[in-house]
Amino acid sequence: MTESVSTETAEAPFLTARWGALQAIRNRAYGLTVFILSVLVIAGVAAGVHAKMVGSLEAYGASREIPWGILISTYVFFVVTSTGLCLVSSIGHVFGVEALMPIAKRSVFLAVATIVAGFFVIFFEIENPFRMAIYNVISPNLTSNIWWMGTLYGAYMVFMAVEFLLLVKGKYRIATIIGFLGVIAGVAAHSNLGAVFGMLDGREFWYGPFMPIYFITSAMMSGTAAIVLFTWLAYKVNGKKIEPATARALEVTTKVGILLIAVILFFTTWKFIIGFAGGESKIMALESLLTGPYAFNFWVLEVGVGMVLPLILYLQSKGKNLSLMALASAMMMFGIFFMRYDLVVVGQVVPLQHELSVNEYPGLLSYTPSVHEILIVLGGIAMVGLVFLIGEKAFGGHVAEAHEGGEH
Amino acid sequence: MDLSSKTPKAPEKQEQDENNGATEMERRTFLKLGLAITGVFAGGTLLSAVSVVDKVFASRQEFADQYPYKPHYSMIIRQDNCIDCERCVQACAKTNHVPEYGYRTRILEQEHPESTDRTREFIPVLCNHCNNPACVRACPTKATYKNKENGIVMVDKDKCIGCKTCMSACPFNGRYYNEETKSVDKCNFCFDTRLSQGETSTACASACPAKVRIFGDLSDPQSEVYKRVHDVEKSVWVQRPETGVKPNVFYTKG
Repeated sequence: MTESVSTETAEAPFLTARWGALQAIRNRAYGLTVFILSVLVIAGVAAGVHAKMVGSLEAYGASREIPWGILISTYVFFVVTSTGLCLVSSIGHVFGVEALMPIAKRSVFLAVATIVAGFFVIFFEIENPFRMAIYNVISPNLTSNIWWMGTLYGAYMVFMAVEFLLLVKGKYRIATIIGFLGVIAGVAAHSNLGAVFGMLDGREFWYGPFMPIYFITSAMMSGTAAIVLFTWLAYKVNGKKIEPATARALEVTTKVGILLIAVILFFTTWKFIIGFAGGESKIMALESLLTGPYAFNFWVLEVGVGMVLPLILYLQSKGKNLSLMALASAMMMFGIFFMRYDLVVVGQVVPLQHELSVNEYPGLLSYTPSVHEILIVLGGIAMVGLVFLIGEKAFGGHVAEAHEGGEH
Repeated sequence: MDLSSKTPKAPEKQEQDENNGATEMERRTFLKLGLAITGVFAGGTLLSAVSVVDKVFASRQEFADQYPYKPHYSMIIRQDNCIDCERCVQACAKTNHVPEYGYRTRILEQEHPESTDRTREFIPVLCNHCNNPACVRACPTKATYKNKENGIVMVDKDKCIGCKTCMSACPFNGRYYNEETKSVDKCNFCFDTRLSQGETSTACASACPAKVRIFGDLSDPQSEVYKRVHDVEKSVWVQRPETGVKPNVFYTKG
């Protein structure tokens, strides 16, 4: 992956010409990618606005029985990634582990980008987002996890954005304090998001203390994948050779990732074993993942692409083979997207009145994302890509300076 | 409101006990016996009247302290009388302007092919107006709330942000999103359309030709709903008791 590109100005005229040609290709590829991503974002906005005009009943696949679909799961995916970026990178820039310092700026920047993409998607999911802005403030319900989650994520986004600006300005000491507040808000917000599901005692698949714990841990797993993938991509985009300190940071991140994949595999195993000792509705949901309509999602995408193969690749890379690590991270992010989808949808596929054995609900309910929903999701993903690419140019590759530099 | 509901409570209770010629203690012992009997005969699948009463009314005074609604609107459904004529569903839709794609109440159909008696049964369902409503806890803006006077779970349309958490939280699928009102909609025992206009019953209960749905005040020992819920000779149950939401819609037979 290191190609023959060098950041040093070549002395021989031949090399200079070659460098110039490569640079031109890179610029063109950059421009084209920015264009495509912009089109996707615009398409997402158009789909969302159109959905608001015709109503969610017509535009979205979600229904009375399955009110939460791919827009909610994608929101979860983005905020999981954001929280993970914040938590994993905070090991360095908040808690002072030197090895992880070089990835701090980009991680914080991407944490802001992904939470914004999350809000973008949820804006089109919430039926009356403008009422939310008013009544979340003047009529708060303090027993509602949704209220806490929304409010804390709002605070989190502000903390992370401010922290990023402070990092850019080199004010590391204040950045550490704000970063710490960001970590607190992020953990509180994210565990509340888990509790949004975990406290619904009418939904056996979700109910219980597992959700908040699982959410935080899997956020960190997502965070490691996002850091490795985007750092690798950034060096590709900027046409630079990765510095030893950054390579070392990615090595450490990969090791953290290995641990977290193992933890999530462990959690997932026990979730199933314990679930099968539970009620009929819960077993039905679990079976839909193991052998039913969600088996491909579960075995191939979640377990295979999302965890087991990346775990093997991470181990094989020994934290040194960046291409392998980037591939593993990309696979993880792809798999995790479906992990969130299954988490949200499978929690609703068993009819609430299943145990009445009535003719109206003979088996599992089904949900298929609509074109509108898919376009909004793609718009959100493209938004992260776009912000990332623009960020790399605007902030000069998020170059890490010695942290002491700004503190005099 | 608190005072008015508590003061008449004690004499009522006493009067009731005198009428029955039994003390509270004797009554509870009798109820426990009933639980054992129904438990045996129903193979443990039915929730006996006793268990519901014990769960919802820990004791009547304690209950009145905890849920001091006056009137305490409630419904008991005589399930086996339902013939699925759907007049209740139509009356509800008409009275409450329920759109085509939604419903506040519906009738589910259960088949018992192995039964030696009738092989089909119909189960009317609606919002259970729970004493411990999962939807109310989950709503971020208090758009859905339990009315402090009468215990009806209501929706303030203007505050609903449409996050649909209440729809996910409700164990009974009692809610849907109404595109016209831009708000989650649900049964409110016809509060705005009938009860507040002086009517004493809901549209569905009034429309029912078989007297399946009996609507009334659970805090009034003279009301039919009270008498039926407290009839220890009959099985009375609620849906999904394991969720702990304490429904105010009861089911019985006969």
